[in-house]
Amino acid sequence: MTESSQDENIEVFTYSEIENIEGFIGNFDVTIRKKARSVDMAKCTGCGECVQKCPTKVPSEFDMGLGKRKAIYTPFAQAVPNVPVIDRDHCLKFLKDKCGVCQKVCPADAVDYTQKDEMVQRKVGAIIVATGFSLFDWTVYEEYGGGRYKDVITGLHLERMLDTSGPTEGKVIRPSDGREAKQIVFVQCVGSRDEAKGVPYCSRICCMYTAKQTILLKDHIPDSQSYVFYIDIRAAGKNYEEFVKKAQRESGTVYIRGRVSKIYDRGDKLIVQGADTLAGERVEIEADLVVLATAVVPNPDAVKLAQMLNMPYDQYGFYTEAHPKLQPVESVTAGVFLTGSCQFPKDIPDSVAMTGAASVRACAVFSQDELTIEPKIAWVDPEVCSGCFNCMEACPFDAIISEEYQGRYVARVRESVCHGCGNCAATCRTKAVNVKGFTDEEIYAQIEAPFFEEEVEVA
Amino acid sequence: MPEILNRGDIHAFKNEVLALIGQDASRCIQCGKCSSGCPIAYEMEHLPSQILRFIQLNMRDKALASNTIWLCAVCETCTVRCPESIDIAGIMDALRKICRREGVMPGDKKIAKFNEIFLNSIRGNGRVYELGLVMKYNMATAQPFKDALLGPVMFGKGKLKVAPDKVQDIAPVKAAFSKAKTFIAPKAKE
Amino acid sequence: MEIGYFPGCSLHSTAQEFDLSVKTVCDILGVRLMEIPDWNCCGASAAHETSEELGLALPYLDLVKAETANLETVLSPCPACFSHLAETHEKVVGDQTLGERLKSVTESRGYEGGVNNRHVLDYFMDDVGLGTIKEKVKTPLEGLKVACYYGCLTRLPGVNLDSVEHPEMMDKIVAALGAEAMDWTHKTECCGASLSITRTEIALRLGREILDAAQRAGADCVAVVCPLCQSNLDVRQAGINGKYKTAFSLPIVYLTQLMGVAFGAPKSQLGFDKHVVAPDVLKKY
Ligand SMILES: Cc1cc2nc3c(=O)[nH]c(=O)nc-3n(C[C@H](O)[C@H](O)[C@H](O)COP(=O)(O)OP(=O)(O)OC[C@H]3O[C@@H](n4cnc5c(N)ncnc54)[C@H](O)[C@@H]3O)c2cc1C
Ligand code: SF4
Ligand code: SF4
Ligand code: SF4
Ligand code: SF4
Repeated sequence: MTESSQDENIEVFTYSEIENIEGFIGNFDVTIRKKARSVDMAKCTGCGECVQKCPTKVPSEFDMGLGKRKAIYTPFAQAVPNVPVIDRDHCLKFLKDKCGVCQKVCPADAVDYTQKDEMVQRKVGAIIVATGFSLFDWTVYEEYGGGRYKDVITGLHLERMLDTSGPTEGKVIRPSDGREAKQIVFVQCVGSRDEAKGVPYCSRICCMYTAKQTILLKDHIPDSQSYVFYIDIRAAGKNYEEFVKKAQRESGTVYIRGRVSKIYDRGDKLIVQGADTLAGERVEIEADLVVLATAVVPNPDAVKLAQMLNMPYDQYGFYTEAHPKLQPVESVTAGVFLTGSCQFPKDIPDSVAMTGAASVRACAVFSQDELTIEPKIAWVDPEVCSGCFNCMEACPFDAIISEEYQGRYVARVRESVCHGCGNCAATCRTKAVNVKGFTDEEIYAQIEAPFFEEEVEVA
Repeated sequence: MPEILNRGDIHAFKNEVLALIGQDASRCIQCGKCSSGCPIAYEMEHLPSQILRFIQLNMRDKALASNTIWLCAVCETCTVRCPESIDIAGIMDALRKICRREGVMPGDKKIAKFNEIFLNSIRGNGRVYELGLVMKYNMATAQPFKDALLGPVMFGKGKLKVAPDKVQDIAPVKAAFSKAKTFIAPKAKE
Repeated sequence: MEIGYFPGCSLHSTAQEFDLSVKTVCDILGVRLMEIPDWNCCGASAAHETSEELGLALPYLDLVKAETANLETVLSPCPACFSHLAETHEKVVGDQTLGERLKSVTESRGYEGGVNNRHVLDYFMDDVGLGTIKEKVKTPLEGLKVACYYGCLTRLPGVNLDSVEHPEMMDKIVAALGAEAMDWTHKTECCGASLSITRTEIALRLGREILDAAQRAGADCVAVVCPLCQSNLDVRQAGINGKYKTAFSLPIVYLTQLMGVAFGAPKSQLGFDKHVVAPDVLKKY
């Protein structure tokens, strides 16, 4: 991040959102909302004085609420750029017009409470979508306590605790009483592979990060014991199976084959009610901490972005690639590429590999002066077009625009956007639109050809 | 002797259960959640998920002979938590029905006997006569003093009646008993 | 107001205090209960297991009898009875051929689908309402800690409570009476009542887990709405103590008994003498 933010050919917009995208491959017009940071990026030196002095503490989103941040903050230590932002929902200046200490202490005079959201426009030739994923809201599992037990956490919480520069400085503790956890139970497939309460697919990453976490746990707390309740261990990848074996053999992680039915508390322990279908027995573990491997799901606003980009998505909201085998990093919309977990759950190696591929595909767009496209696209005969624009409604790719032709407005197909689906041709009442190579005449000719040849033979 | 799985139609039993109650055991992903939460699993010969597996693998005799299907308390814990929304409790019920229909030796004779006596009580009176029921059951299972201490307690509290409660018009009840389909007359003597 | 009433076999024998307290409470609420004339047993699970059709025919007969007596709403306190009646109603309404078949099997005049089946919780919660319940409270059950036990009720076919795993309907009614509804871990665990006679040891083990959880939560008593739960946990409590060397002394009371006490009904009309574990904690109210 630091490197790319310093590259003269790369412009990084942080704390920003895409407002709107118009145009097509090679000619996208992007409107970006730079949200009001309340700190002047040009002036701020990143000294952190303001963060130090701010009196308001808020649970840190980055640390999953395990730690606190200030109302003026950088989300995490290595965040780029090293410029804080004011959280206006919690800052006393914005709530009650009080305090204002950050402005007083800032040696660079960078704090600016009057800053407003700013809209900026950029013209880009290609877009790579890398918006990632969210985690399934597991509290629908009432049988796991539905969120009532503090010591039932998710893998992401544990990830933060295992971080030596995280909120607990690498200590793995029970959120309820701060005691170090010794007996830790991992519950796999929470929300994944569950058509009744969650999603039917396998989230792909959780088996492996769980194995990793059990190894780390043993390193951090040598007298701890991890148990993993699983349905199947999905460890397909280079050295993955070996990695799981390492967890089992070297870190002593015990894998128990059965999906957990219920979690409840007894005294200061959590009782995890499970079964080992291999032993054919129902079993229970008395745990200090329970870690749920929650399903990978699309971001809540994934569909909104897809609609902005005219890009299809599947029934869950993951973006659909143009072809699962041959065009895995292309979206159907020309000039829009996909990478990472916004397409489907992926681990870091897969995300990185895919990002490389998507970047190269994007560069390929720029490497040529002219774009080569499929010949099978639609064309409107402006002489015949009556200007009803029914085709515009019918086009799923927004390829048809209105254009002046001899004093009146007619439809025109933007060649680089058209996919040749033929919806417009089927809709047009005046037969002004045809897909090249598939005009009515051409199709009739094909139908007639066999009969015609037969006649020739007879003669 | 290993079980040779492909001597018959491997889908036969699964299809039979499907036809009987519309539950498709082949959807089961063998996750084990039903077994994890089953309150009776400790006492069962096979876990509920194993019964599902028997159905998937056409191991009909094994499933029907298991005491699991009789011990099932129909508490439905498994059913409401199954990720595939399979009505496991309903499947247990269906397997008991098949046993009844075919006269398969019940995996738990006492429970089967109790249910028969219970039903006979309804057939005779239109209502359950609890004291008679327990006494008959104890005699039939040759344990006359079972729960003997409870009797006086319940009696003393006036919770058990000496004479059965009866419906006045027993004819429709009798009609239901004799005309209902797939009904196999319980073998217990009145 | 007058509604239909289906006591079922238990409320006439082992659960007379349920019968009595339902009637007392309804009386105070101004609801007259009209017993379905000459009702018969719903068949429980035994009928179902022997023949699907018989399992439907017996509750069907009761629906016919209720309809013949012009009873539009029928209250069935026993969850099993309720579930059988409600499920049969649903099936018959959705499947005409089945209706015809059951009509002929039972040699009856047939059921037109005109009965609205209610169980105790949804009747008090939705039809009567927490507001009315609060208004009727004369002696708030202040300081009484109650563990509301639902058992398999939330999972039974035809039953729709607020949540399958963590219901709060009964808790809300109990709170409306001024008592404290404890959050506890075994609200919806199975009590094993159906195996109480045949495999007593299972019922004892499950009963022990439930009582243990209620005690851990600090409850003074356990509130139930099922005759099987009640007798299993109350009558067998001594057996549990004997087998597991425990010293439980937790009264298992019907929700309607608590309502009766809070409404100021005479205790003699609530059947407390029927309990094995005496509900002494209620004496002060
Ligand atoms: C608990 C846990 C442990 C894991 N451990 C490992 C591990 O050990 N090894 C491994 O290989 N993988 C691990 N993973 C998987 C790893 O997190 C993912 O592979 C990786 O994060 C995917 O990267 P991504 O860039 O696709 O998505 P993300 O990391 O989710 O990044 C997407 C980014 O896009 C931003 N964004 C989203 N929407 C918008 C928008 N509309 N506008 C602007 N920005 C937006 C988000 O804020 C985010 O910064 C783990 C996952 C979890 C949950
Ligand atoms: S990766 Fe493992 S834990 Fe995650 S959903 Fe798939 S099988 Fe379950
Ligand atoms: S052929 Fe399809 S994609 Fe092309 S302009 Fe017509 S409707 Fe749009
Ligand atoms: S819970 Fe459902 S899917 Fe899982 S093993 Fe049991 S029946 Fe199969
Ligand atoms: S319904 Fe039967 S199999 Fe299912 S959990 Fe209850 S007792 Fe076990």
